[in-house]
Amino acid sequence: MSNNADIRVVVAMSGGVDSSVAAALLVEQGYDVVGMMMRLWSEETVAGGAHNRCCTPDQMADARRIAARLGIPFYVLDTKEVFRNTIVEFFIDQHRQGVTPNPCLECNRHIRFNFLQQNALALDADYLATGHYARVAKGADGRYVLRKGIDDHKDQSYVLSVLGQEQLAHALFPVGEYSKPDVRKIAERFGLPTASKKDSQDLCFIGDNNYRRFLTDYAPDVMVPGPIVRRNGEVLGQHNGLVNYTIGQRKGLGVTSPEPLYVVGINPHRNAVIVGTLDELGQSSLTAKRVNWVSGETPSAPFAARVKIRYKAKPVNAWVEPLPDARMAVRFDEPLRDITPGQGAIVYDGDTVLGGGVIERPTETT
Amino acid sequence: MPARRQVYLDHSATTPTDPRVVDAMLPYFTETYGNPMSAHGFGRKAEFAVENARETIARILNCRPSEIIFTSGGSESDNLAIRGAAWHACAQGKNHIITAPVEHDAVVKTVAQLANVMGFQRTILPVDHVGMLSPDDFALACLPKTAVASLMYANNEVGTIEPIPQLAAMARERDVLFHTDAVQAAGQLPLDVQALGVDMLSLSAHKFYGPKGVGLLYVRGGIELTQTQSGGSQEDQRRAGTQNVPLIVGMAKALELAYEERDERVPHFQSMRDQLNDGVLSRVPGASLTGHPTQRLPSHASFLIEDLDSGALIMHLDVRGVAASGSSACKTGNPEPSEVLLAMGYTPKEASGSLRLTVGRQTTPEDVEFTVDTLVETVEKLRKLSREIIW
Repeated sequence: MSNNADIRVVVAMSGGVDSSVAAALLVEQGYDVVGMMMRLWSEETVAGGAHNRCCTPDQMADARRIAARLGIPFYVLDTKEVFRNTIVEFFIDQHRQGVTPNPCLECNRHIRFNFLQQNALALDADYLATGHYARVAKGADGRYVLRKGIDDHKDQSYVLSVLGQEQLAHALFPVGEYSKPDVRKIAERFGLPTASKKDSQDLCFIGDNNYRRFLTDYAPDVMVPGPIVRRNGEVLGQHNGLVNYTIGQRKGLGVTSPEPLYVVGINPHRNAVIVGTLDELGQSSLTAKRVNWVSGETPSAPFAARVKIRYKAKPVNAWVEPLPDARMAVRFDEPLRDITPGQGAIVYDGDTVLGGGVIERPTETT
Repeated sequence: MPARRQVYLDHSATTPTDPRVVDAMLPYFTETYGNPMSAHGFGRKAEFAVENARETIARILNCRPSEIIFTSGGSESDNLAIRGAAWHACAQGKNHIITAPVEHDAVVKTVAQLANVMGFQRTILPVDHVGMLSPDDFALACLPKTAVASLMYANNEVGTIEPIPQLAAMARERDVLFHTDAVQAAGQLPLDVQALGVDMLSLSAHKFYGPKGVGLLYVRGGIELTQTQSGGSQEDQRRAGTQNVPLIVGMAKALELAYEERDERVPHFQSMRDQLNDGVLSRVPGASLTGHPTQRLPSHASFLIEDLDSGALIMHLDVRGVAASGSSACKTGNPEPSEVLLAMGYTPKEASGSLRLTVGRQTTPEDVEFTVDTLVETVEKLRKLSREIIW
């Protein structure tokens, strides 16, 4: 039986309760634990001087203190340039294309479970552990399986859908086995801070969470006003920048109409917001690209599954058809109103994450 | 965590306090605890200890006891010397300061504040590729309105020993007050202030096996400084605050031991450092020495390693049991390239791979071998890592 003390685990610490408890649990289990925090990119000057929401100097001091209390080393990994070049640039670029990205998927793909994980392995660690609410286990066939965390409210398996066998073989998610209230209790038991940073639907690198201001500063071209049109081309009004609109949006359109109108599409080539009635809104299918299958193997035939089309969406019944070139088609039993290009379409079999891809713009939208 | 070997090679950052120094300090916490300024017997005993310490130090520095001011450390000494001299001199219309880009921050920031906030003018002398100052450049910079010049004895980042006697002589000829930060030099290089010819000199105990939190400023008799820390009349009204008796006693003991044992310590430092140098330069591809190859602190080795990030290097070495530092390594993961290396002509990219290894009394040949082996392994891993991270 292998001794945990011979197994080194690097824990990604943010100073918050989830990653602190993850670290504490691993220490309790006798692993050779090393704490690490990434110094991410942050805007140099923001109105009001806001920093990143995550990984600020204060949080760094918190994480360092917690590591010292747990008796583990603590290091900071300079990730600024890499983060800026991959995540921030990607975010800006996607908005230029009229698409609403989920940078957390990209961050897990490129930063956490590539850059950070590779650095951890180079430090002679066997695993990178994070405070994500998710579970990883080795199946009977020797393949790693990614599952939702036990706490359905906090489940973060969605953003981990970009991981494959290599990443999962060296990943640990200690808090996935617990509910959030239990994690707080564990934090109390270890004498750790129990406050949580605000639940992350907000982006970590936009300090004041003001997307408009951020894009105005970094990509002013996406803030250019343009027409609001119907699908038949009829112009109904003006919009104040594509970034302010999201599929399914009803409020804030500023157009008068006998029936309620919703955003049904974005056309970046014409800088246009396309609106339509409720029945124009529903979509029964989507295609996705850059599809990752967690098992490492593309399924050979279409199959039934449950699919989430954004982080906070409920999983719905669908028929999934893998396509060539890492793509897939998904057909929903019931039409959905808010299928948003750029978001992740993540495929579940019960509480197992089979994989996911990035939703493409539907080709019938002009 | 499994027990593993730990090698400390960061003696330029700080040194362990010698147990003999700790023993010398102990009575002054609980037994001889009086305030040296008090008129009663408790105070007198404490004062006696402080004055004995002062005399011991004065003997080593070859100066008068009244020329020693006790401070909280090297940074305070630098601040007092420069700000105190500058403020005093500006009343006489002297408002120019000379310094170098390779100085410790305590000098650089103090001079910057005097320039930016208080309108002083400053000249920053150039250094060559090994960080050496030129006495001729200095002579040219001296002006009738120069209030003070501050040029360090030995550099903390690259180890280079500056030509202090020549520089001080130039200053004396031109009637310029000359201060030297000798914090790194103490314990290894001569501190005879008459031979050096300096007007002021800073020391810090924790660099020569004394305790942290105490230092001194030598000020040649007749030189007046404006007080930077005002209050009580301690230290002949030059630096207010109750003297830290145990620490002062400790500093004197540490300095005494350092100069008594110098003939054993220095050759040992040099031998360990040279072994380290040979190992690193011959076995680590892309490693080069920074600072002067021979005119440098005996304990000091500093390198640039190509295509590597100092912060990552320090972290990897630490996890494998070697404690070192790099001039651009930063605990908060926000490294800025070293001003010292930039001033010496290195590019920011070159400067990002800096590594400083400084040996001490307890460093053994086995420690050095382990360090070189670990460094070779680490550099290989890091280079492989940067080649392999794929996007």
